[in-house]
Amino acid sequence: MSKLHVSTTINGDATEFLCEPHQSLLEALRETLGLTGTKEGCATGDCGACSVLVDGRLVCACLMLAVEAQDVELTTIEGIANADGLHVIQRKYLEHAALQCGICTPGFIVATKALLDKNPNPDETTIRYWLAGNLCRCTGYDKIVRAVQASAEALAYEA
Amino acid sequence: MGECAYAAPATIAEALTALSNAANAGKRSQLLAGGTDVLVQMRSIDRGPRIFVDVKRIAEANQLDIGSDEIFIGAALASAVLNENAPLKALLPGLVEAADLIGSTQIQSRATIGGNLCNSSPAGDTIPALIACGAICEIASPGGNKSVPAEDFVTGVGTNILQADEFLIGFRIPRPKGKTSDAYLRFIPRTEMDIAVCGAGVALTLDDSGACVAAKVAIGAVAVTALPVPDAAAALIGTRVDDAALAAASAASSALARPITDKRGTVEYRKKVVGVLTKRAAALARDRAAAL
Repeated sequence: MSKLHVSTTINGDATEFLCEPHQSLLEALRETLGLTGTKEGCATGDCGACSVLVDGRLVCACLMLAVEAQDVELTTIEGIANADGLHVIQRKYLEHAALQCGICTPGFIVATKALLDKNPNPDETTIRYWLAGNLCRCTGYDKIVRAVQASAEALAYEA
Repeated sequence: MGECAYAAPATIAEALTALSNAANAGKRSQLLAGGTDVLVQMRSIDRGPRIFVDVKRIAEANQLDIGSDEIFIGAALASAVLNENAPLKALLPGLVEAADLIGSTQIQSRATIGGNLCNSSPAGDTIPALIACGAICEIASPGGNKSVPAEDFVTGVGTNILQADEFLIGFRIPRPKGKTSDAYLRFIPRTEMDIAVCGAGVALTLDDSGACVAAKVAIGAVAVTALPVPDAAAALIGTRVDDAALAAASAASSALARPITDKRGTVEYRKKVVGVLTKRAAALARDRAAAL
């Protein structure tokens, strides 16, 4: 079977990879590109563990073919921190103990980034609806919501 | 997964050629828009080989045009894009809210109303809303474009009129004029992320005195396909969409519904609730129209 060649941008870097036509973006990220920060939970678009940004929009990497990444700008959890250290959102998740086992956490952090980029001051209802596509079986969500609120406050203070 | 291939045609003509070539070679093509149903199905119930024909690079399928008489919504436009378009939301709030009800933020970034119709689920939320607002499906076909009303598109559970060498370009919807608005409501046991137990879409027009002069009603998840309910529309037309008219429309929807009993609800329950949703959607469309 002939593989397809894909040119894309991942976390600011021009990237090329080969994939099978039926392969998901999630498989390409984890197995071909070694970007294992993006997690597989359900592989059916229900849990949000594989959330990434595609041209700034939040998507499940399991619900995109890898070949659909041609010419897009991808941001994965590996692109959230910068050279100075963790992103504010990552720090607030740690400070608020908004994670236990950690499998859902990369997806939640990417989803939080997408929310705060779009709406810097979301109310609690907005946060809970926005994160409805991210499932956590450990924390019960309350700490996650507090971490998002704290992130919004910290980002507003920095701005 | 069997052997697959992928094509991302840039034009309608290229897409038609890709579909015809696949059909002539005896291969199965798989139209791909947002992929939120296709990718799940190909990993579970239907793992056969196929040639993906991705319609997202075709200009017409990404077009959103609000004209003076007609609105065109490309089949490949994601729900999030529709929801962020304030003029579209003001003109067709019911259709946009139906699209917005489907799935999470992540799903909204990819899922399309074209895909929702082509997936042809009995519970597809945008289908009653498309029927209510009078959407015409613009279909690319080797013999030239075809125009088919949304209510004639779906033929059964997961089946529709598209031939192997055809695809949906988008929807032409009459631009709502004067005091015309729409609404779509569905019932699910949760607040988010679920499949409709039943749903109802209503579009109506009021004259300056507040009397209903035109209406269209459609119901979903209560039959093999979404159903137009002409008796419910007739019950609203000529009235002020008062309690008596709402009750008559509600009864018409309940009477037409022929649901099944499954894990989401019983026949009796669905027939009752689809009537309630019809009443509430009609009242909401009335209030929206009156406010214009």
